[in-house]
Amino acid sequence: MEVALANYIGLSAVIFMIGVTGVVARRNPLIMLMGIELMWNAANLAFIAYAKAYMSNAGHVFAFLVITVAAAEAAIGLAIIVIVFRRVEHVDVDDVAVLKG
Amino acid sequence: MITFWLLAVLIVASAVFVVSAPRPVYSVVGLLVNFLCLAIMYLTLSAEFLAVIQVVVYSGAILVLFLFVIALLSSGVRAFSVGPNRLPRILAPVSVFAALGLGGLLFVIIESTPPAAQPATTAATAAGNAGVFGSVADFGQALFTTYLLPFEATAFVLMIAVIGVIALAGDVDAPRPPRRKTLRQRERERILKEGS
Repeated sequence: MEVALANYIGLSAVIFMIGVTGVVARRNPLIMLMGIELMWNAANLAFIAYAKAYMSNAGHVFAFLVITVAAAEAAIGLAIIVIVFRRVEHVDVDDVAVLKG
Repeated sequence: MITFWLLAVLIVASAVFVVSAPRPVYSVVGLLVNFLCLAIMYLTLSAEFLAVIQVVVYSGAILVLFLFVIALLSSGVRAFSVGPNRLPRILAPVSVFAALGLGGLLFVIIESTPPAAQPATTAATAAGNAGVFGSVADFGQALFTTYLLPFEATAFVLMIAVIGVIALAGDVDAPRPPRRKTLRQRERERILKEGS
């Protein structure tokens, strides 16, 4: 039996909101980045579900581009985390307030 | 049908585990389960190439990067991420409500408006069928003809990312080893010393 498109989109929304919760609630920069990765994946699932529903390749190509950008984002985000928290024992994004006015 | 619900339960459970795990290493393991289940779901949606890419890029590259950073940051210092979590008690039910509400809303909206009539193509049944929706050949054909410019743009994005990471993490201000003197400089010093 074929699964309806709405099921996939609902699942995608649930994953997205879990990722948002991770970014908003947690103060560990690594887990915040993982929440962002969850959000990328929710978008990818929606793209691929719609590609299947419309039998179009465009969704696949855009999901591919999203994966590329997600890889670049993870690399740069982790580099920033490393340089900011390299000498700090206690890792908490709220402690990074150098630019605060 | 049963595959979808099994995978959906696994995906949601592992995603919740990712954002609620006490230590980042546990989160990475939860994220691994999440990505692998999503890859299987992509296969059921006949996106073969993306399922492979999901495993290779996400589970292979990005998660290993996360593990490296965790190992790098927690080396030598006390247990990483024991600090305050600042997850307000009220936020947990609110976020559950928001997730289910948004998911249910989208479900209802999309359920009531089915997609337009589909072209009469069949889903891929076996790999390697050119022209069959979702096959690798079909995806590659689209990527290198219709979407060639976005594909080239990703190369640009990755290049900028590489340069950015090197500029950020590379130790630019480190003292450099003294450069070797050129023959001309040594000759000049020798002449100056002899002259004095």
